[in-house]
Amino acid sequence: MATVRIPTQLRELSAGQSEVTVEGHTVADVLASLDADHPGFRGRLFDDAGKLRRFVNVFVADEDVRFLDGLDTKVDDGQTVSIVPAVAGG
Amino acid sequence: MAFIEALTCRECARIYPAEALHVCDYCFGPLEVSYDYEAIAANTTRESIAAGPRSIWRYANLLPATNDGAVDLGAGFTPLLRADRLAAVLGLGELWIKNDTLNPTGSFKDRVVSVALARARELGFKVAACASTGNLANSVAAHAARAGMRHYVFIPANLERGKVLMSAVYGHNLIAVEGSYDDVNRLCAELASEHPSWAFVNVNLRTYYAEGSKTLAFETAEQLGWEAPDHVVVPVGSGSQLTKIAKGFRELAKVGLLDEEPHVRVSGAQALGCSPIAQAFADGSDYVRPVKPDTIAKSIAIGNPADGIYALDEVRSSDGAFAAVAEGEIVEGIRLLARTEGIFTETAGGTTIATLAKLAAEGVVRRDERVVAYVTGHGLKTIEAIGDLGPTATIAPTMEAFAQAVEIEGEG
Repeated sequence: MATVRIPTQLRELSAGQSEVTVEGHTVADVLASLDADHPGFRGRLFDDAGKLRRFVNVFVADEDVRFLDGLDTKVDDGQTVSIVPAVAGG
Repeated sequence: MAFIEALTCRECARIYPAEALHVCDYCFGPLEVSYDYEAIAANTTRESIAAGPRSIWRYANLLPATNDGAVDLGAGFTPLLRADRLAAVLGLGELWIKNDTLNPTGSFKDRVVSVALARARELGFKVAACASTGNLANSVAAHAARAGMRHYVFIPANLERGKVLMSAVYGHNLIAVEGSYDDVNRLCAELASEHPSWAFVNVNLRTYYAEGSKTLAFETAEQLGWEAPDHVVVPVGSGSQLTKIAKGFRELAKVGLLDEEPHVRVSGAQALGCSPIAQAFADGSDYVRPVKPDTIAKSIAIGNPADGIYALDEVRSSDGAFAAVAEGEIVEGIRLLARTEGIFTETAGGTTIATLAKLAAEGVVRRDERVVAYVTGHGLKTIEAIGDLGPTATIAPTMEAFAQAVEIEGEG
């Protein structure tokens, strides 16, 4: 099981919860489980071609998955996956 | 404020009310302030601006907040200096330096913070916050103190001593985070979700904050006698400042303050140790691949730049260029500007001057162009970077010692 942290913009899909716990051993699995448990996430996180939207960043244990293995990045039991809007800072 | 219409998603054009929102709820694209430009044009003239304060607030009609004085330390209206000696060294013709080291806390960040916190107060916020590479931390802490707001300022733990001290002196809370700026930024993006009553100037208030950088273009045009330059060179971290300078020149034409549509070539300066946008430019890519920063130019060391693709678009569509320069070139840029023009800048300014030199040598920045280089932070902030400069000689207080130690060049 992994903990997924949900940004404000998507909490309407998670009944207002800032964190939810879902199954999955890769980022792709975790996000698929998230959509299964809380329908609507897929359409918000992925574009029509099935790629992560360019303004969505995903972190596993606080590391950007683009520095790991992208959607194939392993997620260990108890690890936290954060979904964070990319537009911030500077 | 009077002229804001709404916030609009840059990607999917969905419309939002002018609240503390920075990304589209649907596609996560950045929100931009939309203005009623007809009303601005009807209410704004060169004369009305000239009669305004000698600060960014003379352009209040083109900003998304009203200045009530509480968060105004005097940001902006910094000198635009003709730089003939530097131009001669670089083989350029008409070169100007926008000396934005002369802001209240020594960097251009005072422009964006004054706008963001003015808007934050209008929206009822009592707490200011930010994720910073240093200059922003200095500015948020100072402006929050001035406005009597509590503040939470987050910086990478490895910042230059001067920037740490210049943030801490204004009071609590300065939080040093073990990690890069991108780690700080990610943390703050998550904290902003948990603390909606805090005005994170570059997260939930970012839409308003970024608009403050347009004043760099407004002032440049006004100081050139209401003309746009041919080419600007801008330091690039997140890419926000560059895109807003380009927007600023366009807006002046839109509201009738410039006689003709400007055609400003926009070029970007990055440090080689953190050059994701320059790399994308060189590769001809539409995607900015994030990097792990490793450079002395810490104020622009953003490996995952929020406005990277937009900066890339502005540079490409204006026929400008990106270049990245090595650490030694950055230090030489700082020293060259100091020697030739009497302006002492921090490492981001050194990056800009070194990039200007490189683009001039390559013929990208041309001798027949009117060029403006933006020097946006003071050298006292990064004294570690320039190494062991010191006295020409250390002598006993005698005439003989001086005569022995110092060879006088010419007389008079």
